[in-house]
Amino acid sequence: MADQISDYYTLPLDDWIEFFVKDWLVPNFRPVFRAVQWPIDQVLNGLEDFLLWLPYPVFVVVIPLIAWRVAGRGVAGFTLLSLIFLDLLGIWRETMVTLAMIVTAVTFCVIVGVPLGILAARSDRFYSFIRPILDIMQTIPPFVYLVPIVMLFGVGIVPGVIATIIFALPPVIRLTNLGIRQVQAELVEAGLAFGSTRRQLLFEIQIPLALRTIMAGLNQTLMLSLSMVVIAALIGAGGLGLTVFTGLGRLDVGRASLGGIGIVLLAIMLDRITQALGEGGRSKAPGQKGSLTRVFKGIVQGSKAYNEKS
Amino acid sequence: MGADTVTAGTDEKVCVEHLFKIFGADPQDTIRRIREGASKDQIYADTASVAAVADVSFSVAQGEIFVVMGLSGSGKSTLIRCINRLIEPTQGRILLDGNDIVGMDVEGLRRLRLNKLSMVFQHFALFPHKTVGENVEYGLKIRGMSARERREKAVRALEQVGLAAYADVPPDNLSGGMQQRVGLARGLAVDPEIMLMDEPFSALDPLIRRDMQDELLVLQQQLRMTIIFITHDLHEALRIGDRIAIMKDGRFVQLGTPEEIVANPADDYVSAFTRDVDRSRVFRAYMLRGDPHALSSDTTIETALERFASLGRETLFMVDEDGRPLGVVRRHDLERGGEKTALRDSLIDDFPSAQGSQELIELYTACATGLPIALVDEAGRLEGIVDPLEVFRLLGGGSEESAEQASASAASGDTERSAIQTGPLEMRRSDHG
Repeated sequence: MADQISDYYTLPLDDWIEFFVKDWLVPNFRPVFRAVQWPIDQVLNGLEDFLLWLPYPVFVVVIPLIAWRVAGRGVAGFTLLSLIFLDLLGIWRETMVTLAMIVTAVTFCVIVGVPLGILAARSDRFYSFIRPILDIMQTIPPFVYLVPIVMLFGVGIVPGVIATIIFALPPVIRLTNLGIRQVQAELVEAGLAFGSTRRQLLFEIQIPLALRTIMAGLNQTLMLSLSMVVIAALIGAGGLGLTVFTGLGRLDVGRASLGGIGIVLLAIMLDRITQALGEGGRSKAPGQKGSLTRVFKGIVQGSKAYNEKS
Repeated sequence: MGADTVTAGTDEKVCVEHLFKIFGADPQDTIRRIREGASKDQIYADTASVAAVADVSFSVAQGEIFVVMGLSGSGKSTLIRCINRLIEPTQGRILLDGNDIVGMDVEGLRRLRLNKLSMVFQHFALFPHKTVGENVEYGLKIRGMSARERREKAVRALEQVGLAAYADVPPDNLSGGMQQRVGLARGLAVDPEIMLMDEPFSALDPLIRRDMQDELLVLQQQLRMTIIFITHDLHEALRIGDRIAIMKDGRFVQLGTPEEIVANPADDYVSAFTRDVDRSRVFRAYMLRGDPHALSSDTTIETALERFASLGRETLFMVDEDGRPLGVVRRHDLERGGEKTALRDSLIDDFPSAQGSQELIELYTACATGLPIALVDEAGRLEGIVDPLEVFRLLGGGSEESAEQASASAASGDTERSAIQTGPLEMRRSDHG
């Protein structure tokens, strides 16, 4: 009956990978990976401390105000109700931890992804090099790289964020690349014809015109990182993911659902606000300051409003 | 052939020598084929290479408007982009003020674009994320000019095109014609020596296009830039160009003044374009200039009659001591009326006059008098006459003889040519009023 190759011989690829990771990568490169961990750790802890330090009332006033400035009254109302509801459910702390994780992950995705996207847009060779890597990153099940991540970075919230970054990085690279490539050839020609350097071309013309697409990529990255935080709980990341995960372990449907509801509400809030940021990039009249400035204005106005109230 | 016509001048601003741009795998092989005389289609069929610009040579004088006219696919847009190297030429030399820019390093090229060149695009290419003012400032901003200074310059450039009030508006809010004015202002703001215009008015409505052409000519009158202008519209080329090159399949089929091209098309391809040209707007009075043989004011009737007889003319002008025309004398008036004692009595002082630079269309009313038209120079002196019949003979166009005569007169006649070169715009302005 033996008519398959595997009846005689199976390729010991699993052993090879095991050897590669355990006996070569981990002992030789552990310090490198530890070093990578450091900035993420700093940002994450800082952010988490800040969010947990921030008095709840400030939060409930400031975030809806930002939402109002950026995305309008509807989103602001939804945000306000969601924040109150999250606190009512008693998962405020977990929500803040998750939020800190997501913001950290997205920040690093932008720091790494936007320059890579720009590079890919400028060089066809680099793009053809990075494309298969992005394909792999997007198709490989995250469970597969959780194990090496644990080996390299240990368990805990920072390795969870690293796993999230890897999972969520591709869209921002892809859409930055796309956005810059989509800038009309005549506009780039105009920039060059007046003697722009490549840097001036990038910052004066290409990035502003690609901003909307880049923001769409950012939005995608954000959504992906939200879906990743639950899985990251498997390797010790806390937050809402952990709530779901413990609920799952104890077959506690109620507890797991709380975590789920928290993530969904957070996702909707962040999605609407960042989408509006991207739209703002399109609809704003030139000369007006960008959406981010409006966000800061929103914060300032919000804090003023809060000061007046208290 | 016109392709090798290089008008040498002492004040050459741009000089292009044997320029090639080949899109394809083996450009050197394609260049060899072109030199052997292969056509563009043949080359494409054999090698899948496109010879966008094939052995083009020309030079443009300081302050000249040089128009390249061709249909789509003729290589004209590639040609203009070679001049600021938005497209890298495959072979040949491009001299700007005598410096070859082919092979210039990136930084040198950038500085050249920054300081000397400027470009106006077919679809305006305004930056949608910047206001009109910021668009116009762009070339100055990347030079590192301070915000206030460049704003001032931008507003001045916008005033030149009549859009100063729109400085803080996004360009999308403007109509096509206004957007291209902004494009023009952006090009002007950097005080370019050489302006490259790639079909700047092709995307505009006909009436607006005419306005813009006029406006460009007015601006050029003040600014005296060297302009290389691309168009697919021969009428536009004739209106704007000091000289015109007709381009087909990457080559120049003909290069000459508007008059030369209309009067004497190099081949069937060019004559297909010139056939429906309004010749009365291309040809100018000086092309028909005849010798005045003017009488002086103290001529007697007898000597006048002798002159009439010896010249075989029916009419003669009389001029004063300074050479200014006083009037026309008709031969049969003299022969008929014996009672007149002085030549002055039969003088018709209500005579038609024109300047050599005027278009023939402006001579129609003058022609209707039946009298010869006096051509006067700027000081009002008589420099020639135009026989009304000659006007219609030239406009009739069909006769080879008159066409040759016209082109000969357009090509020769140093004084007229120099007049055209030094002041083409004043002349042309006369009909735009």
